[in-house]
Amino acid sequence: MPLTFYLVQAFNGITFGALLFLLASGFTLIFGLMRVVSLTHGAFYLLGGYIGLTALRPLGNFGLAVVAGALAIGLVGVLIERFLLRRVWGQPLAEALLTFGLAFILADAVLMIWGGDPRNVPIPRFLRGSVVAFGLFFPKFRLFTLLLGVGVALFLWWLLACTRVGRIIRAGVDDLEMVAALGINIRAVFTGVFCLGSMLAGLAGVVGGAFLSLYPGADAEILLLGLVVVILGGLGSLEGAVVGSLVVGLLDTFGKAFFPELSYFTIFGPMALVLALRPRGLFGRV
Amino acid sequence: MRTAWTWASVAVLGTLGMFAPLYLPAFYLRLLTESLIYAMFAMSIDLLAGYAGLVTLGHAGIFGISAYLVGYLTARLGLPMHVTFPCGVLGAVGASLLFGIMAVRTSGVYFLLITMAQGMIVWGLAFRWTSVTGSENGIRGILRPDALATQQAYYYVILGAFVLVAFLLVRLVRSPFGLSLLGLRENEARLRALGYSVWLHRLLAFLVSGCFAGIAGAFYAFHNNFVSPDAVHFVLSGQGLLMVILGGAGTLVGPVVGAGVFIFLRNVVSLYTDRWPMVLGALFVLTVLLAPQGLVGLARQLLRRWPAGAEPAPVGSTLPYGVVSPQPLDGRNNPAPHQPTNHPGKRRR
Repeated sequence: MPLTFYLVQAFNGITFGALLFLLASGFTLIFGLMRVVSLTHGAFYLLGGYIGLTALRPLGNFGLAVVAGALAIGLVGVLIERFLLRRVWGQPLAEALLTFGLAFILADAVLMIWGGDPRNVPIPRFLRGSVVAFGLFFPKFRLFTLLLGVGVALFLWWLLACTRVGRIIRAGVDDLEMVAALGINIRAVFTGVFCLGSMLAGLAGVVGGAFLSLYPGADAEILLLGLVVVILGGLGSLEGAVVGSLVVGLLDTFGKAFFPELSYFTIFGPMALVLALRPRGLFGRV
Repeated sequence: MRTAWTWASVAVLGTLGMFAPLYLPAFYLRLLTESLIYAMFAMSIDLLAGYAGLVTLGHAGIFGISAYLVGYLTARLGLPMHVTFPCGVLGAVGASLLFGIMAVRTSGVYFLLITMAQGMIVWGLAFRWTSVTGSENGIRGILRPDALATQQAYYYVILGAFVLVAFLLVRLVRSPFGLSLLGLRENEARLRALGYSVWLHRLLAFLVSGCFAGIAGAFYAFHNNFVSPDAVHFVLSGQGLLMVILGGAGTLVGPVVGAGVFIFLRNVVSLYTDRWPMVLGALFVLTVLLAPQGLVGLARQLLRRWPAGAEPAPVGSTLPYGVVSPQPLDGRNNPAPHQPTNHPGKRRR
């Protein structure tokens, strides 16, 4: 294999990792504060993608479609958090199963509304084509996804490390009762964090709709990769999500290139290894 | 009193089951056979989720590995059932060993996520490894031996296997091993302090559960004469878990009731609408919100209210399927893990 093959695959893997990060960061953010495993995240991704696709026509702008997908899913997230998740508050497994059931409902609603044919969100004109560097072609949209992923990572880091809200969230991760006792409305913070995490999934959906494509079942595939990202990186850790996304993105891309039939299996080995050494993931708290 | 009632209902149900082929039309006999296969699958999940407190969302992976092995060996290599069946079950146990070692060092939602990812990876393999699994087309022509070709004959085999599996599981959960699993669910730290190997107990529970799931999977392959990636899909894992919760986790009757109700509902609903996944999701949400102890738990509550103070609840019977995570994830967010079970009026909100 020539070196260029590895370079191109590595680029593809890293950019796919950036897409995974958009999804996994929301997942891990929600878990970090609320201890809620949001298994609706795959369905959020798919629903967000389709909403972006539908909104693209009247809005006429890819950026606005991304915002529309993110906002719509954020709203769905708020509704779910306020009216359903609160009823099983404090029971991690009941919460997980509730979101699991909701994922079925949302995925089926998507199938009912948009049908079963694969659809693509059209890539905006200025992001079509490739950048040529060192004699290699780098698709512009993949570069855009990478920048978006880095941007979201920096934004989340800034939010958590440098703002008052971030201090509240970090304090909540460490000691929820103390934060509540200090007079902070932790419930409102929860709703906000669930909304933000859901928005990230919706955003990932619209970008993913252009990056990959949208079809029933795409929700489960992306959820699997997202799960492995957080299992590898450690649930609730932003650094873990960054590292996990890159690892899974690269493994999946190289796996598909080398063993197309066994591609899912390439993420299994590393997952087993990490779980054997650190059951709670690379950056997870024990 | 209690045992008399239990034995009476076992006798009635046994008689009904024995003579089912005489009065049930073929279609319903097929449904009953399917319910019994799913009941075995659901009981295997319940051993982990209800008794050991390890809620799994990947059991279809193990179920399906057995079904695929049986399918491949029977349909592609033409081996007889008495060879392929044990191979399927052994394959399931082997997979359980691998998956179990990975997963049992965690509990609660971590365990759920890891098993879910494992199950999905098996699905990916079934879907993509076309040369072996036939991808979406699956493996066809998994024929039963001539003696079991009729629905009636196969029904009796399934019934016998079901009774055997149920008997073994009842003995297992009442054995010291089963009680130590309950102990692990309730108070892991305490059992650890008493010198129990938490890891080994969980792994054994995983293996036993995987073995029974494998038995169900092998029967499933012969029941449908066909396996497709649906047999390993996480939807099936979810359905199995739903049967457990719907019926009542932590009781062995629960999964059986849940499987029956589930198969019945699926057939009724699919007469009227194509939106079965939506109904399934709604069922999940409603069960978690409204009846975390399941139908068996609700029935027990009603029975207890009726003849006032008839009998105390057996230990652990109405605990909601290990929702009370055995080890509160980090010692917080757990307002009242142990609801007093003898106050039916008091409901979890």
